[in-house]
Amino acid sequence: MTDPKSGPTLVDPSQWSCPAPVAPVDTIQVAHGGGGRMSQKLTESVFLPAFRNPALEALHDGAILSLPPGRVAFSTDSYVIHPIFFPGGDIGSLAVHGTVNDLAMCGARPLHLSAGFIIEEGLPIADLKRIVASMARAASEAGVTVVTGDTKVVDRGKGDQIFINTAGIGVVPEGIEIAPTRARPDDVVLVSGEIAVHGIAILSVRQGLQFETEMVSDSASLHDLVGAALEVAGAHLHVLRDPTRGGVASALNEIAASAGVSIELEERSIPVNEAVQGACELLGFDPLYVANEGKCLAIVAPSRAKAVLEAWRAHPLGRDAAIIGQVREEPRGRLVLHTRIGARRIVDMLSGEQLPRIC
Amino acid sequence: MRFVDEYRDGEAVRRAAAAISSAQTRPWTLMEICGGQTHSILKFGLDQLLPGKLTLVHGPGCPVCVTPLELIDQAVEIAARREVIFTSFGDMLRVPGSRKSLLQVKAEGGDVRIVYSPLDAVKLAEANPMRQVVFFAVGFETTAPANAMAVWRAHELGLANFTVLCSHVLVPPAIDAILGAPDCRIQGFLAAGHVCTVEGTEDYEPLARKYHVPIVVTGFEPVDLMTGILMCVQALEKGEAKVENAYKRSAGSAGNPAARALVRRIFKTCDRAWRGIGVIPQSGLELRDEFKAFDAAGRFECGHIRTEEPKECIAGEILLGHKRPSQCSAFGSQCTPEHPLGAPMVSAEGACAAYYAYRRTA
Repeated sequence: MTDPKSGPTLVDPSQWSCPAPVAPVDTIQVAHGGGGRMSQKLTESVFLPAFRNPALEALHDGAILSLPPGRVAFSTDSYVIHPIFFPGGDIGSLAVHGTVNDLAMCGARPLHLSAGFIIEEGLPIADLKRIVASMARAASEAGVTVVTGDTKVVDRGKGDQIFINTAGIGVVPEGIEIAPTRARPDDVVLVSGEIAVHGIAILSVRQGLQFETEMVSDSASLHDLVGAALEVAGAHLHVLRDPTRGGVASALNEIAASAGVSIELEERSIPVNEAVQGACELLGFDPLYVANEGKCLAIVAPSRAKAVLEAWRAHPLGRDAAIIGQVREEPRGRLVLHTRIGARRIVDMLSGEQLPRIC
Repeated sequence: MRFVDEYRDGEAVRRAAAAISSAQTRPWTLMEICGGQTHSILKFGLDQLLPGKLTLVHGPGCPVCVTPLELIDQAVEIAARREVIFTSFGDMLRVPGSRKSLLQVKAEGGDVRIVYSPLDAVKLAEANPMRQVVFFAVGFETTAPANAMAVWRAHELGLANFTVLCSHVLVPPAIDAILGAPDCRIQGFLAAGHVCTVEGTEDYEPLARKYHVPIVVTGFEPVDLMTGILMCVQALEKGEAKVENAYKRSAGSAGNPAARALVRRIFKTCDRAWRGIGVIPQSGLELRDEFKAFDAAGRFECGHIRTEEPKECIAGEILLGHKRPSQCSAFGSQCTPEHPLGAPMVSAEGACAAYYAYRRTA
């Protein structure tokens, strides 16, 4: 009971306040992938402004596209790199370059991409915006549009910050027939620049290894470089491959096996820069097995090899291009290296990852 | 690239090859002791430039290859424990124990991490006081100083959560065992340049005298190896049996006194089992009693784990130079880098893996 003398304590409604119950959200939460209002807000505030194009803005379940005439090339790849930001790029630019390059290696002009994001709860939205902006920049440079997408959020600890899948389509011009089976004896093997740069750049940031010069990933879209080669070689360009995971050695082994030919490399002709070579010496790695993200291998009829080399060297991404070897008949399915001291040996596929050695 | 190109110069290598041919009047059999040298010889194709009457036998100097199976099993047992962060140099992770490898333990949820220096493992222990950090301390004289430094550092910091699973091995007792074997056909040795950089060359003098063999301290680049082979052949032709140094830019007769002192402060010599060979007396290093607190086998009570080697593998004959990898019936068929039957096929520096990688059909 209230004491009649003192009466109930009076409150002054003008002093009441209603504190905002939720601070502005600055990290990804599970609800961002739930399909509700938060998902919608994320799409509107992050994805749409970055990727803006009519097909995407329809916000349909899928994109409806008109393609130029020709055969359609279709490719997909998932990106799970750690760290997500690295010297020379980030997971966003890599996700665009990777799929654009897979299409370019089919001889296609890349046109449209899809983007699927699997985000771990807790990723700062600022990081997501940075990644998406970088994807948009890479897409615009490559002349492709991101026309459809999806976002899922997983509980903390169930992912590694962010995974991105991109799929892409492109159109292969009439008369172009690029396939690993087309490598034939006497064809010439070219590489568009210094190898092993991306793998060593990622390893050096991942492991905190310090070198005199900073290692910067070579991640780049290669469609333009491919265009330059097609222009001068046309149907005489037989095989293209971007030697990503497993490096030049694995890519050429696969080609030798699928074409039933042998590929001979000249060790002294393979461009490796000093910083990468030094890091490889230190770690016991062979640069032939280290990943690239902005290099292209081409196998060309001998009559057009010089023209492709010159076209590449005139391109900013191909300044260090080189002729590194030739296709032979025997031993079938094998990659053979002429060592710099004048001996011969096979270069095998790796059985697992390269692991740093003990001594 | 400086310090690399001049030692991989094709012209210099061919000159040395010609000098070896003209110096040699009869067949000789040499052993390069170190797996790194075997790897270089096959990777660069040096053996293709040598005269036919010169035989190179590939020795047991690969730390991954000679680490006993039961030690891998102990590592696997420790690494699977929830409280443990198990750290190792990269190339030990793939080595299969009798049931699984450290990579499999990692896939099953074990906290297994690659480190580039044992001191990084000490830092991990400082940063994770609630976890037990274990470092897999394998290797020859080359890795012993850094491992000794890690134990010393942990001792100074008073870390109670850092231990090493130790299986260090030493080169001179292995040379002694090889030369002392009744059917030994090795007439000259290329000693490992980096081992001598640490430990010096004095321990080799008595061996050269006892068995009357030339021992040439040799580096790892093509020009180094060809120079070492040339000096060894010249010594054999003259009937000399002494220790010579073809790796003076790095190795001196006294080695690195600071490193040697630290190794002796932390470790003492012990009998040690070599995978595929068996126990070689006084051929290993173990923690001195005052540092036994840092012994992982003791802390996790797994020293009792004993494992038999599989019978098919002729690793012992390979490591002792009695057979070449290609003379093994399992080579390249039942035994490949994906499914190794024995250690020399596992490590990149193992003789069988080197033959598999570089010498199948080309």
